[in-house]
Amino acid sequence: MTPKTQEPSVEKVTSEEYKYGFVTDIEADSAPPGLNEDIIRFISHKKKEPQFLLEWRLKAYRQWLKMKTPEWAYVQYPPIDYQDIIYYSAPKAGPKSLDEVDPEILKTFEKLGVPMEERAMLAGVAVDAVFDSVSVGTTFKKKLGEMGVIFCSFSEAVHEHPELIEQYLGSVVPYNDNFYAALNSAVFTDGSFCYIPKGVRCPMELSTYFRINAAKTGQFERTLLIADEDAYVSYLEGCTAPMRDENQLHAAVVELVALKGAEIKYSTVQNWYPGDKDGKGGIYNFVTKRGACRGDSSKISWTQVETGSAITWKYPSCILQGDNSVGEFYSVAVVNNMQQADTGTKMIHLGKNTKSTIVSKGISAGKGQNTYRGLVRIQPAAENAHNYTQCDSLLMGDKCGAHTVPYIEVKNNTAKVGHEASTSKIGEDQIFYCQQRGLSKEDAVNLIVNGFCKEVFRKLPMEFAVEAQKLLSVSLEGSVG
Amino acid sequence: MLIIKGLKARVEDKQILNGIDLTINPGEVHAIMGPNGSGKSTLAHVLSGRPGYEITGGEVTLDGKDLLSLSPEDRARAGVFLAFQYPVEIPGVNNTYFLKAALNAIRKSKGEEELDAIDFLELVKAKLKPLKMDELMLQRAVNEGFSGGEKKKNEILQMAVLEPKLGILDETDSGLDIDALKVVADGVNALRGKNRSFLVVTHYQRLLDYIVPDQVHVLAGGKIIKTGGKELALELEEKGYGWLTGEKVKA
Ligand SMILES: Nc1ncnc2c1ncn2[C@@H]1O[C@H](COP(=O)(O)OP(=O)(O)O)[C@@H](O)[C@H]1O
Ligand SMILES: [Mg+2]
Repeated sequence: MTPKTQEPSVEKVTSEEYKYGFVTDIEADSAPPGLNEDIIRFISHKKKEPQFLLEWRLKAYRQWLKMKTPEWAYVQYPPIDYQDIIYYSAPKAGPKSLDEVDPEILKTFEKLGVPMEERAMLAGVAVDAVFDSVSVGTTFKKKLGEMGVIFCSFSEAVHEHPELIEQYLGSVVPYNDNFYAALNSAVFTDGSFCYIPKGVRCPMELSTYFRINAAKTGQFERTLLIADEDAYVSYLEGCTAPMRDENQLHAAVVELVALKGAEIKYSTVQNWYPGDKDGKGGIYNFVTKRGACRGDSSKISWTQVETGSAITWKYPSCILQGDNSVGEFYSVAVVNNMQQADTGTKMIHLGKNTKSTIVSKGISAGKGQNTYRGLVRIQPAAENAHNYTQCDSLLMGDKCGAHTVPYIEVKNNTAKVGHEASTSKIGEDQIFYCQQRGLSKEDAVNLIVNGFCKEVFRKLPMEFAVEAQKLLSVSLEGSVG
Repeated sequence: MLIIKGLKARVEDKQILNGIDLTINPGEVHAIMGPNGSGKSTLAHVLSGRPGYEITGGEVTLDGKDLLSLSPEDRARAGVFLAFQYPVEIPGVNNTYFLKAALNAIRKSKGEEELDAIDFLELVKAKLKPLKMDELMLQRAVNEGFSGGEKKKNEILQMAVLEPKLGILDETDSGLDIDALKVVADGVNALRGKNRSFLVVTHYQRLLDYIVPDQVHVLAGGKIIKTGGKELALELEEKGYGWLTGEKVKA
C-alpha cells in the first residue's frame, strides 16, 4: 500500500502525466489489479476528466495512503487486500435474456412482486434487449429538463456541468474524511448527479429512472445531490431486488446539499447479497453519506431500510448549519444469519433552532449482530437546538445481538436532547396470539416485525414501503422456529 | 361438538392436567370454575394449542376432528377462539388491519372470498356498537395502551368478527367493573346460538349471573371434581372450594 515513488506536488504530477505515460495500457478495457497513481490517472483519462478532478483524486489517494482502516465499528472481517482489486473495468455484458438469469434471483423477484418489466433490467440483462429503456429515460429526462432539473450519471455531469461538480464535490464529505471516503474519492468510477434549481419542486420521485441505472452501479459509487433555494426533491436509491456483485467491497459516497428553504428526502433500500448462511461471499458495504443543511430553514431527511450485505458500515448524517434547519434519520436495519451491521447517524447542530429526529429500528435474527451508533452534537452557537432519539431493537432467537452506542455532546445549555431506547424479544406470546386468530406463524412474524418498523416505513414513498415490507419478510424467512 | 377424553398435560415436568373429561354439545355454555392455580388457563391453552405444553394423554375432538394434532392457526380456522386472560399487545399493528388479516386467513382456509377493506370496515363497525367501543379503538395498535376493560372488550369484538364454533373465555371478567361486565356479557350472549358453544373459565360466580351456563364444572388438582347446573356456581360462591377439595380454600 505504500507509494512506490516519492510524492511529487499535485501540479507536477498532473502536468507530467503524458510525459511519463502510463504503466497501464490506456487502450485496455480494464486496469490490472492494484492501486497506484497510474491507475488513478488511467481512470481519469478513460473518463476524459478535467484537470481539477484528477488533481482531487490524487490528493485523495495520497491522503488515503496515510490513513488506517477504521476499527471502532462493531464488525469483524479479514483484512482487505486493496492491491487485489480491479479499480476500472469497462462494463461487461450481462445475461442476454431472463432465461440465463439465476433461477434463485427470479424466485425472489416473484416474492417481492417486482414488476415484470423491471425484472430483466434488475437481473442485469442488457436493457435494450427487453424494453425500450431509451424512451422511458428520455421521457423523464425531457420533463425534468423543462423544469431545469439536472439528473444524470456522475460522469455525464463532469462533462456537462463541471462548474457544479467543482463547486460542490467534496464540500460535504471532504476527500480526506475517512478511509473509505478517501478511497472512493480517489477511484470512483461513476454514480449519480442531481441538481434541482431554485424554487423547483421535483414533480416525481426520482426512482424508476434511477432503478434503471441502478443495475450498472459500480463498486465505488459517487452521488452528489444539490437542492437549490426552496427546491424540493425526493430521491430513491437502491432497490429491493437482491443485488449480486462479484466485487465484495463497496465503498460509496453520497453528498447532499440543501440551500435555503430546500428539502431533500433521501430514501434507500439496500439489499446487497448478504452471503450464505455461514456468511461466505457477502458484500462489505462501507458507505459515507452526509447531507449539509447549508441554508436557513432547509431540511434533509434520510430514510433507510438495510437488509442486505454481509457487513454494513454506514452513518447517513446531517450537518445542520442553517438556522431553523431540520435533520431526520429513520432507519430499519435487519441482520440475519452471519450478517453484521454497524449503522446510525450523526446530527451536528451548528445553527440556531435546529432540530433533529432519529428513529432507529434494529432487527437481529440468526447469529446477526446489529449496532446502532449515533452522535448528536450541539455546538456552542446552536441556540435552542432540539434532538429526539429513539432506538429500538428487536431480537429473534438467542444467538443474535443488538447494541446501542449513543454519543451525545452538548455544548450549549439551551439544547433539549431526548433519548429513548428499548430492546425486546419477539414474543412467543405475540406469535401465539396471532396464530390463535388464524394467522400462520410466518404471517404472524411479518405482522409483528412490520408493526415494529412502522414509524420508518411510514416515511418511505408508498410503493417503496410496500416493497420494503415484503423485503423484510423475505430477509427474515425461516428465522423463527 | 367438543369432546375431551382423559386429557393430561404438563409444563416443564410439572403435571397440571390429570385426566379431564368434558363434552360440550352445540349451543351449550359450560363454565369451568376452580381455585387459582388449578389448571383452568392451562386447559384453555392446551385446547387452543399454545406451545410449551406437553400432552401426556387423552384426546380432544371438535366436530370429530382431532384437535390436538392441529397447529394453533388450524385450530383457530377450525373454529376455536380463545379470549385471552391477558390479551397481548402488538405495537405498530393497526387493530383493524390485524382483525381483517385474521378474518381473511380464516375465510381463505374455508375457500371463502376475502373481504376488502371497505366491506370489512362496515362489518367491524356493526360489531363495535353493541360493545360500546369507540371507533377510534380500530385505529390504535392491537391492545397497545388499552385499559384492562378495553382489552377484554377487544377480545369479544374479535370473537364477534371471527364467529367461532367454540369460544373459550379465560377470566374475561377479571378487571372489569360492573358496567363493562354487563356489556361484555351482552356481547357474548348475542353470539350464543344453536351452533356455537362456549367454555367460560372464571374464578368468580359474578360473570355467570350474566352469562348463564348450562353446566358448571369445578376444576381442582387438574381434574374435574364436580359438575352441576348453574346453581353450583352459587353454592361455590357461598361455600368456597374447600368443601370440594378437602382444603380450606376460599373462592
Ligand atoms: N409455564 C409454566 N411453567 C411452570 N408452571 C406453570 C406454567 N404455566 C402454569 N404453571 C402452573 O400450572 C398451574 C396451573 O396454572 P393455570 O392453568 O394458570 O391455573 P389457573 O388458570 O387455574 O389459575 C399453576 O400452579 C401454575 O403455576
Ligand atoms: Mg388462569
